[in-house]
Order: sequence, then C-alpha cells, then structure tokens
Amino acid sequence: MQTPAPATPRSSPKVSPLYDPRIRGAAYQLLLLVVVGLLAWTAIDNAADNLRNARIASGFGFLGNTAGFDVNQSLIPFAAASSTYGAAFVVGLINTLMVAAIGIVLATILGFLVGIARLSENWIVARLAEIYIEVIRNIPLLLQLLFWYIAVLSALPSARDSYALPGSVFLNQRGLFLPRPLLAADAWALPLVLALGIAGAVAFRIHAGRVQRRTGRRLPVRRVAALLVLGLPLAVWGLLALLGLAPVTFELPVKGTFNLRGGLQLYPEFVALVLGLVIYTAAFIAEVVRAGIQAVSRGQREAARALGLQSGTTLRLVVIPQAMRVIVPPLTSQYLNLTKNSSLAVAVGYPDLVQIFMGTVLNQTGQAVEVVAITMAVYLTISLVTASVMNLYNRRVALVER
Amino acid sequence: MTASSGLLAQPFVRRDPVPAAPPPALVGGPVAWIRRNLFSSLTSTALTLAAVLLLALILPPLLRFLVFDAVWTGENRDACRPEVLGRPVGACWAFVANKINYFVYGSYPIEARWRADVFFALLAFGLAWMLWLDAPRRDLGAAYFFVVFPLASYALLAGVPALGLPAVPTSLWGGMLVTIVVSLVGIVVSLPFGVLLALGRRSRLPVVRLVCVIFIEFWRGVPLITVLFMANVMLPLFLPGDVTVDRLVRPLVGIALFSSAYMAEIVRGGLQAMPRGQFEGAMSLGLGPWLTMRLVILPQALRIVIPGIVNSYIALFKDTTLVSIVGIFDFIRTIESARVDPNWAAPTVSVTGYAFAALFYFLFCFGMSRYSRFVERRLSASHAR
Repeated sequence: MQTPAPATPRSSPKVSPLYDPRIRGAAYQLLLLVVVGLLAWTAIDNAADNLRNARIASGFGFLGNTAGFDVNQSLIPFAAASSTYGAAFVVGLINTLMVAAIGIVLATILGFLVGIARLSENWIVARLAEIYIEVIRNIPLLLQLLFWYIAVLSALPSARDSYALPGSVFLNQRGLFLPRPLLAADAWALPLVLALGIAGAVAFRIHAGRVQRRTGRRLPVRRVAALLVLGLPLAVWGLLALLGLAPVTFELPVKGTFNLRGGLQLYPEFVALVLGLVIYTAAFIAEVVRAGIQAVSRGQREAARALGLQSGTTLRLVVIPQAMRVIVPPLTSQYLNLTKNSSLAVAVGYPDLVQIFMGTVLNQTGQAVEVVAITMAVYLTISLVTASVMNLYNRRVALVER
Repeated sequence: MTASSGLLAQPFVRRDPVPAAPPPALVGGPVAWIRRNLFSSLTSTALTLAAVLLLALILPPLLRFLVFDAVWTGENRDACRPEVLGRPVGACWAFVANKINYFVYGSYPIEARWRADVFFALLAFGLAWMLWLDAPRRDLGAAYFFVVFPLASYALLAGVPALGLPAVPTSLWGGMLVTIVVSLVGIVVSLPFGVLLALGRRSRLPVVRLVCVIFIEFWRGVPLITVLFMANVMLPLFLPGDVTVDRLVRPLVGIALFSSAYMAEIVRGGLQAMPRGQFEGAMSLGLGPWLTMRLVILPQALRIVIPGIVNSYIALFKDTTLVSIVGIFDFIRTIESARVDPNWAAPTVSVTGYAFAALFYFLFCFGMSRYSRFVERRLSASHAR
C-alpha cells in the first residue's frame, strides 16, 4: 500500500490488465466507492422509511417551533412560553463555549503550576504533584464529576448555614454566591482605558527593545508595563469615583432568613462541571508541560547560565520559548478534549449543548437525525477550526533546519 | 642546632597513608539529602513547609474517613448511621461488602453467575498470555484473545440454549461485567479496524485515503457522548424497520467506531516512524505490498506503538463509564442505583460508593500505565543495543 508496487517494465509487451497496478488501483477505489455508497443509500432509505412510519417530518423547520421548556442557566433571555428550539440551541451552544473558555483558562493555570511543580528540585513538592497527576488521570472524568456534584456540592450546608468566605463569597447547597459587578452607563470607559494601557505597554516594550539593541541600556519594561496596564485604569476609576461616578459597583449577596439574596449565583451544576473539568484536564496539561520542559536539552540551560543569565531569566528567555514549541500542539489537543468533555455536563444536569439539544429537544421533537447532525457539526467545526489553526502555528514555529 | 641538623639529615617521610577524613556532613547521609532536597533555599523551605501543612490538613481526615472511622461489617443502614452508632462514621465499607455481587454481576441471574466467573477466568488467562512478553506461542495467544475468546465469551454470557446454557438477556447484565465487556469489545475491535484505517490513510489511492481521513477525523472530532446518543437513536433508524438492535449492542457499535478512529492515528504514528529502507529492503527481497506490510512493516510499527496502544486502552476503559448515561447498567450505574437504596440510606454511603469505584478504576488504569511504561523501557533497551 505504502510502497509503490514494482512498476511494470515498459518493454514487456503483454501484461495482463489484471496485474496492471493502475487498473487494479482504480478497481479497488471503485469497489470502495460502491460499497460506501450502497451502505449510505441503504441507511438513508431505511431512515426515510422509518421516519415515514413514525410520522416524523424531516427537515429543520422544528427549530422555529416554541420550545416550551425552561433553562435555568442562560446568558441570553430565554422563556419557556415564547422562545424557540433554535433559541434553545443558541443557549446550549453559549453555555458550552462558556464552560470551555473558563475551564481552559483555569486548567492552563493549574496545569502549568503542577507541571512545573512536578519538576521541582524540592522532593516533597515534586512527589505531591506526581501523586496528583497519577490519581486524577487514572479515574474516569464522569466519576469525578459525580463525586464533585453529589458527594461534595450536594453535601454542603443549606442556604441558612452557608459557608462565608472572605470577600462576601458564600458557598452552600444552591451553589457559589459571588458579588455581582454592576456596570454603570459610563463603564465602557474602563475597558477602553485598559486597552490603551495594554497598547502603551506593548509599544514601550518594542521601544525598549530598540533602545537596548542600539545602546545596550535596559529600560525598566516591567515596571512601566505594570503601571500602564494596572495603574492607568485604577487611576481613571479613582478619578471617576472622586467625581461621584461609579462605573462598576458590586451587588453583594446578602444572607436572608432562608436564602441568599442578590449577588451572582453560580449553580452547583456549573461549579461541579468546571471544577471536575479543570482538575481532570490540569493533570494532563501538567504532563504535557513536564514533557515540554524536559525536551529542552540540558546544554541549553547550561549555556544560558554560562552567558550569565539568572535562573528566572534562563527560564523565561531560553527554556520556555523552546519548550512551547513542544508543548503547544498537545496542549491544543487537551483544550479540544476539555471542550468535548464538557458534554459530560449531561451527567450533572448543566444545560450545555448536549443536555439541552440532544437531550430535551431530541426527546420533545423526535427529530433524531437533524438534532444529532447539528450537534455533531458544532463539535466537528470547533475541532477542525482548532486543528487548522494549530497546523498554521506549527508551520510557523517549526524548527527551520538547513 | 646539632639536633636540628641531625633531623635534617634524616628527612621526614611519612610511611603510612593519612586516614581518610570523614565526608563533610552536608554531602552524604540523610541530613544532607534532606538539606539538598527539602531546604536548599528559602523558596524551597517555604514550599516544603507549605506542602507539609497541606498534607497535615488532608491526610488525617482522609485516613480517619477511609480507615479509622470506617464501618466494615453490617447488614443494613443502621450499621452506618452516626446516631445509631453514637460516633462519627467514616466510609461505610459494609455497604460495598453487602452490594459487591450487584457491583460485579448486576442483575445477572444468580444461578448463572458461574458463567460470568468462567468469563473472568478466560479473560485473565488471555490477558496473561498477551501481556507476558516472553510467553510461549504469543501468536496463538493473539488468535485466542482476538477470535476464540470473544466467541466463547459471547456463548457463555448470552447463553446458547442448544448447549444447555439458558439465554440471559443483556438487560440483566450489569456492573463490572458490563464495564469489562464494553471495554473488551472496544479493545478487540479497535486494533484490527485501526490498522486497516491507518493503512488506508497512508494509501496511494486518493479515494481510499479520502474515505479513511473523513472517517477518522469525524469520529475524533466529536465527543463520545454524542456518538453514544447517535448510536442509541440513529442506529435503529438506519436499519430496516423490523430489525431491532439490542440495547447493549448500540453503544458497543458507537464505542467500536470511536476507538477505531483513535487507534488508527496511533498506528499511523508507528507506520510513519518506519524508515524508508525497510520498505525498499522488503521490495528488493521480492515481497509484494501486502506481504511487505504483514511480514516487515506492521510487526515493527505495532511494536513501537505498544505504549500508545495501551494508553488508548486506558482512555477507552475510562470512557466506558459514559455508557451509563445512555442507560446501560455498567459499574457506575450500579453504584448510582445502589447508593440510593433506602435500605442503605446513610450519610456516607454515596461517598463510599464513589471511593470504591475510584479505587477500581484507578487500580486498572494505573496497572495498565505501569505496564506500558515497562514495555517502553524494554523496547528502548533493545533499541539501545
């Protein structure tokens, strides 16, 4: 298959067409096409028959029908009485993407910490990280989700005796209650200032690089950047506050007799899902990070030390840039895994795409083919887009060899 | 002066070696080890203290829960209720002991459970044959594991009335039995299909390549749970109306397709690692493409990717838990239904059930990963020679 079959010598006049590799190849391919086509045709034909017998109209018209069920966690307004199945799809998609985004950020942070701890020179820290990785990686995610949801979060005290954490954060059976940021009308100023600060910091970094290359003088990049990115928005905020304007206020959850009022409520389903996904994926990311750092040869570190770089600078300028080349591809596939694993939300009842669409909508409408096709198309799109971006990146950072 | 000149006349020469000085305390010995590995710097010391603090916070309650406060024997919930016992109650192992048959066999009829036991024994035999790298006749072992054993297991578990084994409907199968059956189907099917798909993806024929790429990328791009839902609702649709598919077979088809796609990518890695010279060497010996694959390339390529194959089996074994979501009574599902049994309504029963399940999966997966590491080391040793 891989090797080209021995080419037929041109001089041989009479080769039976049976042994001509080109004719054979064409015949194999035709055969495969016919088999695949037949399979597909039979499946489609049977499906059409079965659907007709079950009196289910095919097509995507059902997306416009009123859904008639409620979703308790939605970022966009959704009402049982008026919203359509199409809106339910959007709600599920947004919830899936939100869990994936939050999970990816947190899992990356935890994963890098554990991965670096795994290589720590401190024996006990390295062993703890190793135990964490081995235990978490070898227990199914579903079991971990059930554990967090049923054994931990459902066992929390009722709202009346919630755990009060510092910063007006409360934890009880009904979830995690955080202060809810309320944006005033002029709140748009803050992101704008933040963006300006970041742009300024980047510009200064480039300028500092030029100055260093020209004169060898090093400008205090970090301090200036911190000032621009953090200080500027804070200063603007303070100024606005002095003027009596509050762009962002926090609505704190307040403990009532039976329940907490106000604040931002994160439902236990959401907390369990994010917690489970983050802890599980972080263990895999930690291994990816460890492998990446170990792939940078010892000589690189030693050479950097010989040039007089300190250990922090060595890590930042020599080890990490080279390790990233090894880390990023498997890291991306871990991100994809996390996104796909977020479909386990269905086990704890968090309304993600699969739970809302493949669960409730499919049961209500019976439009199995359409619903399954749409859901799979969403995940496929996410996977393929990520994969192609990854390939681009790989081509960019691949070692250029002579 | 005279005395000293006498000494000078007879210069001092040391005849016996100076006894070795003891090594500095900070280079060898346990104290040095602790200093080097736990307190080498200020940061390291802080980390050590933080880690010790963390352990002190986690370990005692964990041990108290799992061992010291645990209840080991009992017939019903009273054994595990703190108000009955008058002391804090940790894990309720009595619950696991009481339900263990349910966890292992599900609702498999009691009088037929010996068949499941024979199945486990056959499995252990086949696994030992395959995993022991120096076992005699491993080719026969492979034939046993991939052909004889699946057929025998099917006959045993589902029953053949003609042979005096009454049929047991799959709706009664459950627990670890189903978990293991589902994983085995994935394992047994995915390897040959994965090899075929990998070969197809590396084929010169564009149509074959395209079909294989689409197949592989499709299954790898979607979550397993959607595949299981699809198998559940769409498989019956795709078959003629009068054909019904067993409830257990549907997820099995999904898992088989899904794991074949992942296996194909692993095998492809091995195929790509084969140097060109191997193909050319085989060709110069006069082997055709099929013989080249079977005798030269595949044996070497598969051997390189054994660790990858084992890792994908670990993932598959963990993924089988998802069949519980589509209504199959696997191990997780038996835990879920046992922990809400009113006979065992006690506060720590759920956690105990999960701990037991976690232990089960951990032992299997950790064992497999250790095995894969062992094979990896052995392979790299043989490469180094």
